[in-house]
Amino acid sequence: MSALARSLSTTLYGRRGLALALLLAPPLLWLGIVYCGSLLALLANSFYGLDEFSGVIKREFTLKNFVELAAPANRDVIARTVGMAAAVTVGCALVAFPIAYLMARYTRGWVRAALYLGVMLPLWSSYLVRVYAWKLLLAREGVVNWMFAEAGLSWLLQGILAVPGIGGPSLSISSLGTFIVFVYIWLPFMILPIQAALERVPQSLIEASADLGAHDAATFRKVILPLALPGVIAGSIFTFSLTLGDYIIPGIIGDSSLYLGQVVYLQQGTAGNVPLAAAFTLVPITVMAVYLAVAKRMGAFDAL
Amino acid sequence: MRSDAAPRAPRALQAAALAGMAFLHVPMLFIFLYAFSSEDQTYVFPPPGLTTKWFGVAWERPDVWQAIELSLQVAAVSTALALVLGTLAALALARTRFFGREAVSLLLVLPIALPGIVTGIALRSAYGLGGIPFGFWTIVVGHATFCVVVVYNNAVARLRRTSPSLIEASMDLGADAFQTLRHVLLPSLGTALLAGGMLAFALSFDEVIVTTFTAGQQTTLPIWMLQELVRPRQRPVTNVVAVVIVALTFLPILAAYYLTRGDEHARAPHK
Repeated sequence: MSALARSLSTTLYGRRGLALALLLAPPLLWLGIVYCGSLLALLANSFYGLDEFSGVIKREFTLKNFVELAAPANRDVIARTVGMAAAVTVGCALVAFPIAYLMARYTRGWVRAALYLGVMLPLWSSYLVRVYAWKLLLAREGVVNWMFAEAGLSWLLQGILAVPGIGGPSLSISSLGTFIVFVYIWLPFMILPIQAALERVPQSLIEASADLGAHDAATFRKVILPLALPGVIAGSIFTFSLTLGDYIIPGIIGDSSLYLGQVVYLQQGTAGNVPLAAAFTLVPITVMAVYLAVAKRMGAFDAL
Repeated sequence: MRSDAAPRAPRALQAAALAGMAFLHVPMLFIFLYAFSSEDQTYVFPPPGLTTKWFGVAWERPDVWQAIELSLQVAAVSTALALVLGTLAALALARTRFFGREAVSLLLVLPIALPGIVTGIALRSAYGLGGIPFGFWTIVVGHATFCVVVVYNNAVARLRRTSPSLIEASMDLGADAFQTLRHVLLPSLGTALLAGGMLAFALSFDEVIVTTFTAGQQTTLPIWMLQELVRPRQRPVTNVVAVVIVALTFLPILAAYYLTRGDEHARAPHK
């Protein structure tokens, strides 16, 4: 056995390429066949049609799905989803920046470790539970309403809810509620890349700026902010992409207006129209491809 | 004064960061509170009374136990597959340069770079075209696919930290490639693989978006939770299960963090 292992080892050592191929074969076969194969199946499906009478998928080339994508109702869904993704990205960046800035520049040792864990735990776990928490908080009889009432500010909440477009009968049935939950769920994905980018800003650069007579505010604006931007863009890749594809949050918290992910889910589920669902999925893929191309140009990948 | 002491943050920054962290964590505290609420019809706040009886009620529910069991099985098998595939990929890619290397690492990251719904519908399309019936293994295949990169990231970070001279020393002392792998590489990888495995386990245990497309009639714990969110049956039981999910996923993540303190931090997962 050991002689066999040794001779095999010698053979492999002489041929690095062979060793590499043997190591890579299983993961490549898995991802190549299972994942790429599935993506190709998705692409193929988007060009198939549905038999109108039997509801069975017809494997014939058609562009019908893409024509249907451009229908006004579907265009609204796409615009609404992209708009929400953009708003959520801005919201996340605004809330995340102070946290990332404090972590990167003003903390050391166990404080930093605790903050890091505090950001990492919600990032890895309990997605549904965290959405559920907001169902409790935003319900009409729930915590947020109670707090507004206790503070004597119910009129303010009612005023916000009366705003057309973002309001609704209660926070849990409004697009403002959807927005809040999206920001809450994806926030850690924005904090970590900004923190990573800020940690890489050399102290000497900040000292140089001060030596040259810049006030703290000027240093922040002219030195720190531009260097943090790749981190913000890296974070925005996550927040944007995740919002585009999520179908669970707007289904649980929000008014009844549909988002892209929900349409995909409904089409493949109740409607049984996998081809149209597949065509819809190509929208976030295309949007993300464009987004990634722009982000790459702005140097965001170095901050990932 | 120690020279590495952190400078003091401006008040406004402290306040903004504190508010942000509170926003990130306070909502979860209410989940714990509501698990003890005596109210079972609404989410009324403050709860009219506190009780521990819902833990007993949840304990008696066979559907909850079945969902937990299925989720544990799926996570265990997916993690095992991801550990094998991710380790192989890391050993191949950690210190080599070859044509197509970038493409391979892109392929590894793709399942978590694209939104979960894309992975989900893609797998569903493939199962549909292939006439594969939904079941345990269709869930596992999906989970393993996005768990590979988690193991890979942890293993690669550790391999980059392991000095190449250790491998050379082992070879110089007459060990063959397999002995070096067994006695030098794998021991140094050990805790990184354990950490990667725990994160993969947590990720699989918590996953819902891909699972809804690949599960058929099977109910994993997150699917059970989703059904309760859409059509609540017994809200207090849902609250208790929520607390259980948080506890079950926090432990492996904390352990994984502890095991990989010195490595550059692994990349974010997806949803």
